[in-house]
Order: sequence, then structure tokens, then C-alpha cells
Amino acid sequence: MSRISKEEVKHVAHLARLEFSEQEVEKFAHQLDAIIGFAEQLNELDTDNVKPTSHVLDMKNVLREDKSVKGLPREEVLKNAPDHQDGQVRVPTILE
Amino acid sequence: MSLFDHKVSELHELLHKKEITVTDLVDESYKRIGAVEDQVKAFLTLNEESARQKAKELDAKLGTDESKGLLFGMPIGIKDNIVTKNLRTTCGSKILENFDPIYDATVMNKLHSAETVTIGKLNMDEFAMGSSTENSGFQKTSNPWNLETVPGGSSGGSAASVAAGEVLFSLGSDTGGSIRQPAAFCGVVGLKPTYGRVSRFGLVAFASSLDQIGPITRTVEDNAYLLQAISGLDANDSTSANVEVPNFAEALTGDVKGLRIAVPKEYLGEGVSEETKQSVMNALKVLEGLGATWDEVSLPHSKYGVATYYLLASSEASSNLARFDGVRYGYRSPNAENLVDLYKKTRSEGFGEEVKRRIMLGTFALSSGYYDAYYIKAQQARTLIKKDFEDVFENYDVIIGPTTPTPAFKIGEKIDDPLTMYANDILTIPVNLAGVPGISVPAGFASNGLPLGLQIIGKHFDESTVYRVAHAFEQATDFHKQKPGL
Repeated sequence: MSRISKEEVKHVAHLARLEFSEQEVEKFAHQLDAIIGFAEQLNELDTDNVKPTSHVLDMKNVLREDKSVKGLPREEVLKNAPDHQDGQVRVPTILE
Repeated sequence: MSLFDHKVSELHELLHKKEITVTDLVDESYKRIGAVEDQVKAFLTLNEESARQKAKELDAKLGTDESKGLLFGMPIGIKDNIVTKNLRTTCGSKILENFDPIYDATVMNKLHSAETVTIGKLNMDEFAMGSSTENSGFQKTSNPWNLETVPGGSSGGSAASVAAGEVLFSLGSDTGGSIRQPAAFCGVVGLKPTYGRVSRFGLVAFASSLDQIGPITRTVEDNAYLLQAISGLDANDSTSANVEVPNFAEALTGDVKGLRIAVPKEYLGEGVSEETKQSVMNALKVLEGLGATWDEVSLPHSKYGVATYYLLASSEASSNLARFDGVRYGYRSPNAENLVDLYKKTRSEGFGEEVKRRIMLGTFALSSGYYDAYYIKAQQARTLIKKDFEDVFENYDVIIGPTTPTPAFKIGEKIDDPLTMYANDILTIPVNLAGVPGISVPAGFASNGLPLGLQIIGKHFDESTVYRVAHAFEQATDFHKQKPGL
């Protein structure tokens, strides 16, 4: 039985801000199902009382002095923006 | 004979005696690129004008105190996920096709201080996701030993360019084996440093808790010099470690007497080719002859490495790649009607298939209802994998095994089968999950003439011992002296 339905693929795609054709949805449903099925071998592991590791080294959080520093020059920052006007990035209308 | 048949230390000597110039070295690089690049296709962007200008400037300093640094004037290639000021950086992705960074990565600043010359930016799997460099949004790189085969991935361009003699050395990045696996496939030396040894500032993030920049070179000695230049604490990267950087070259003594080697039985198991196993057994004999001892050990959770990696790396990738939205930089779809539509169309048109597959897997693993079952479970599995290494390192100095289960495979052979492709990284992934350093050095050739790599793994921040063993093995063999007949 398939763990991942086409509806689920569409839902996850929306969360990830991606869109797919019906054909691609079908393909991803199969492939993700296979990969998730493979990942489920982790269920064989007894992980009760095992602490999750998110960082391999024992490190303390790093803080810098709370001092204002100059940002990057505006022209430089906008150099790579696909659309900009009057020193600002332009995007499609957000509010009607 | 190419100038690049010399080691860095020999070239340094030649420069010092003014027998060659930096311009000679840069010429050598572009001449070779001109001769073989249409076959190898390792470069995405060349930096020729700036490099020649820089060479002239450096030549004017030859013989002064400013030219004393060992890396002075050495031509280097940079993987295209390391940002380079005013030099196009694409990450192998259409979404960054025209991206021109406005600052340098910390490793680039360090290389500028060492006065290396950047020859160009090297091809890679898109956003470093892949094991064959076939996932590049621009071109497929070939393995210089056999153009029909892959150079490995994702630092395929970095490894191929060094193997083909186009640059003296290069930088790659390694998230699950992306330096060591292509180094093995291309018959060169590639090191993934301890997580935190090298700053990740300016490395376009794939999986932040695993990614690490490292050197790809012809010899172990060159590798140690390059790592020396790029290591150290960086205020711009909160994950860079505040530990001393030793003099790695001091480890290159050739002496491994009394060294204790662990050989995990899981690394010589199912799926590993007979020839690969044989090359490891030969290497152990060589090291035994030099006075080391070895025992078989177990890393019992190795088999869970690939599943753990794909859940964690994809989860982190789905989060990191959210920044590519077509607003501030990169490709923007011209077909969007509103903002959400802009995000979706930009990302769907800009990202390639493997990247989308991993974003989907990661978003799924992090989504409500699945987070504990997949993401947290994988973080726990990671704890067990890391502990396997710690247990073995209580009694041994290094762990040795193959770098890859087989030599390079054919272009196109595995591209439609993600799970088979993922299994290729089975021997390198656990090293990233544990955060320890690992190197791949040339260890022989398969009967089809393709190189095989030996992997040497060390304790956290013990690159010195890794280099000591790698160098002793290299000096006792001549695999690294063989070159592809390109």
C-alpha cells in the first residue's frame, strides 16, 4: 500500500512553494513513497531514552557585542535583484 | 611534463629561485584547460582576465617578503557553491544562473591572504545534491580516467579539474561524501575536515549541520598545506570551532609505528566489490609493513546511515532553500500573477528535479504529524551512529575502509534510480553524521582501469593523525603518481 497519496504530494508541494504537473505528482508520489519506505528501517532502532543530536560538537551559543554596524551598500544589495525601483525590491501586488 | 606534476613545496622553491613565475603557473592552467576542457567540462566559469592580472601583480612581488607564503601564486579552482566576490556563483543551478556575489566567503578571504590565484568556478551537482555531477543545471562533467564515466559528486568538477591537471588543487564541499567520493573516482586526494574546522560563511548552505569545505589535491602534503590555509575560528560562522589549528605538515613524518587501525566489518560487506575489498586489504598490508597493527571492529549502526542522512539533510535543505524565492536575487519567473504564485513558479522553473525531490522529502519529514516519526527519529539514529565512532576511537587511532563500494559508474547508469544512487554514499555518510574528519587517497585501480580510493577516518579535530597515515601510505605506494591518459 502506498504511504504517500497524490493529495499528500500536492499538500507538501504547496507547503514547499513548489508546483507540479499531474504527471510529476504521480512520479513524486512513487519516489517519495520508496524513499520514505526505505527511511522506515529506522523503526527497527530502539531509540527510547536516546537524545537527539542536532549538532555533533559540544558548543556554546555565540553572541557578539550589541553594537550597530553599517549594512551593505544599497546599490550592491540590489545588484542581483530581478526587479527593483527607487532603491527597493519590487514584487507583485500583495494586497488587492 | 606539466608544472603541476610538482608538489606545492617544489613549485614554491622554483618560484623562490625565480626559475618560474606566477604567470607561468597561470599559463599552465589555462593552456591545459584549453586542451582538455571540451572533454572534461569541469568548469562553469573561468576567471582568466582577473587571474592573469593577479599573476602579474604577484610576479612583481617575487623575491620580496610578501612572496614567502607557501601558497603564493598557486592556481586554484573553487567549487561553485562557495561565493566569490564579483565572480559568478551558480551552485550548479539555473536559479542562480546570473548571481554575482557582493562579498567573499571566509575561505576565499583566507586564500586571498595566502595569495593563491583563482582560475575559475567548478561544476557540481545542483546545490551539492548528488553523487555524479549529473544533476548540474548546466553540463555533465566527465571522469578524466574514462570520459564515459562520472567523476563522482557533488564536487565532481573540483576532483576532475585536479585529476586532469587543469589546476594544481581545488576546494570542494562535503555533506555526505561529496569531496571523498569524487576524489576516489578521480584518483586524487580529498579531505573532509572535522565539522567546525573550516568556516562555512559564504558556502551556500545545503545541510548546515553536515556541510564542510575541504581541499582536493594530488598529494597528501599539498592537502595539508591547503587545509592549513583555510582552517580556523570565524566570527561570521557560529558553528566554526574555537580550537587550535595545529601545523598539519608536522604530521607528515612517514612514521606509523605502533599505530592502531580499526577496520569495520560493515565497510567490507555486501555491495562492496571484490576489487575494492582487495585494495583495502593491500593497503592494510602496506601499513602493517610500516609497523601499524589492525583489528576488525564493528560500527553496528552503519546500515542506518543512509536513511538517517537523507531525512536530516533533506530537512535542513528544505529550510535552507526557502531563501530562493525570486525576490532579492536569482531567477524570477516572468509568468507569476501574485506573490505566492511568484514563489511557486520561480522555484518550480528554477530548481532541478533532484533538488525538488529533496525539498519535498524534507518538507514532508518536518511537517506536522511526521516530525517525531521521521525527523526526531533520525536525530536519535544520528546519536547512535556518532557513539559507534566514539566507542571504536577509545581503542584505535584511525578507522580504515574503502571510500566507495565500487569505482566510478557510467554516466546515465543510475540517474533514474535515486535509491541506488543514494546507496553509493553508504561508506562516507556516517563520517558526516559523526562530524569526524575523513580523507580519501588513491589506493589502486580496478581491472577496468578506474581508480579506487582508501578512506582514513580520525577522531574529532585529529586531522594530523589522518594525514600521518595517509602520507605514510602514499609514500609507500605509487598510485598517486599515475595519471589519466587524457
